[in-house]
Amino acid sequence: MRTEGLSKHYGGVEAMNDANFFMRRGEHVAIVGDNGAGKSTIVRQLTGVEQPTKGRIFFDGHEVRFGGPMDAREAGIETVFQNLALADELDVPSNIFLGRELTRFNLGPFSILDEKKMTEIALEGLKTTGVKIPHLKNTIRNMSGGQRQCVAISRAAAFASKLIIMDEPTAALGVAETAQVEEIIKKLKAQGIPLILISHNLRQVFDLVDRIFVFRRGRIVCSLDAKNTDGSELVELITGIKHAEDVPGAMPN
Amino acid sequence: MVELKYEGDISQHSGQRVKPPELNVLYGLIGIAVIFEVLGWIFQGQSFLFNAQRLSIMILQVSVVGIIAIGVTQVIITGGIDLSSGSVVGATAMFAMSFAQVSSYTRAVYPALTDLPLLIPLIVGLSCGVLAGLVNGALIAYAKIPPFIATLGMMVTARGIAKWYTKGKPVSFPTDSFAGLGEGMTPVLWFIILAVLFQLALRYTVYGKHTYAIGSNAEAARISGINVERHLLLVYVIAGALAAFAGMVVASRGLTAQAGMGTMYELDAIAMAVIGGTSLSGGRGSIIGTALGMLIFGVIISGFTFLRIDAYYQEMIKGMIIVAAVVYDVYRQKTRVVVK
Repeated sequence: MRTEGLSKHYGGVEAMNDANFFMRRGEHVAIVGDNGAGKSTIVRQLTGVEQPTKGRIFFDGHEVRFGGPMDAREAGIETVFQNLALADELDVPSNIFLGRELTRFNLGPFSILDEKKMTEIALEGLKTTGVKIPHLKNTIRNMSGGQRQCVAISRAAAFASKLIIMDEPTAALGVAETAQVEEIIKKLKAQGIPLILISHNLRQVFDLVDRIFVFRRGRIVCSLDAKNTDGSELVELITGIKHAEDVPGAMPN
Repeated sequence: MVELKYEGDISQHSGQRVKPPELNVLYGLIGIAVIFEVLGWIFQGQSFLFNAQRLSIMILQVSVVGIIAIGVTQVIITGGIDLSSGSVVGATAMFAMSFAQVSSYTRAVYPALTDLPLLIPLIVGLSCGVLAGLVNGALIAYAKIPPFIATLGMMVTARGIAKWYTKGKPVSFPTDSFAGLGEGMTPVLWFIILAVLFQLALRYTVYGKHTYAIGSNAEAARISGINVERHLLLVYVIAGALAAFAGMVVASRGLTAQAGMGTMYELDAIAMAVIGGTSLSGGRGSIIGTALGMLIFGVIISGFTFLRIDAYYQEMIKGMIIVAAVVYDVYRQKTRVVVK
């Protein structure tokens, strides 16, 4: 995955400017930055939710242009959004298969759902996350934040063939639930599935990823190896006290 | 670090299965029926329920609005509302009837187009409903106008069209085939067929899944790749077509079409859906629930008539029951949020 000069303007507001982002196969990278630094903006461009104002995206060796979220998904990119993007009134399998339901007879919009198969696959997906859900056929409305997050993550993990993007996956979770999500991320690493993690939690970032991109005011400050930096340096880069050229080993945008 | 283990029982479907919300509606229906039964013996000295004629009239009375409520339920599940269905009934009745008149009637709207086969007025009528649904759906899904406003506009407009069409004059003398559409107990039959059809569609098809998904979280539905706009358009078209069909059944039953037909039907239909457990905030509800809501409605109207209570009180009580159903829904929402 690579972007060249990716920019997004909302009216006169430049949410993201000239971002040259890149990652290698199998790599886990993090995107960090203050609120409004452009973290979520780049995610929306990479996942096809929005179309960039300028710039190009390359994925898996080709230039891609995602007209909508479905295009990105078809290319093998799955996203766990900050607001989870789950339908509260639907059960677990329905949420996992939302928008790409398995059907038995194709009758256009009135195609018959293959609930049995969807439930089986959902169950498999949840087993890999190790999360306990009392009854798959209950709506997710009454589930805990951790359970819901695991549903969202298993959805991503079940379909992602090439890349998973997680936007603040643990922002709303408790300690044990956060640990659970981090464990899943480590499993994905072991399986060699590339991941982009957007997080405010620097401890988590150091724990989980290989490389870190620092965003500040809609621009990429630099990217650096997670092993060659520490928390305080990262904070200084995020807040703008230090610049890319002050940090040895940092690769400016 | 928390030790992660697969606990082994997710596959066993253990844990509590939440019971279907329709059960509460069913209990409500039984409760209300029993109350009228008791009151019947006390004040009238006879049974309320064990009277086949009363029951068939009761079901007949509500089933036409029930057909509308099937469509309205689906609209409400998406988080919308349809106030136009009563007016669509009126407009459709007029248009369809004008293509269903007999040649022996000399003052037909289209003297050259009389004695047509049933298919023609049926197509004309359904087109009216589909058109109304398309306009509603397009305004709501694409122009992003709130459903309340868009369908309120359609409500007034469609009623206007119904009156304009013949300058307010009723249209009568339908062919036998058109008259057969709403003859005898056929409205009940239509209701049952349509209710089963759409209950199955909501429960077992992609259409249903997406309908609930949009009402539950439209943004999530969009991100998941559902074409929310197109789906909403379809739901409003279905609601329009069902209202149109109900309009033809009403006209057929009465052997005449009047521009004022179906007035207030939209509110009764919404009430049936809400009493049946369809949440006005979207994402929840079913046709089974609406069918039960319809029966509650029928039992109350017929029960009041049976007890010889003034029609004025009937309307007051009806209004209060609708408010009570909405209050219950809001209360249920609140308690659930606390759990979360």
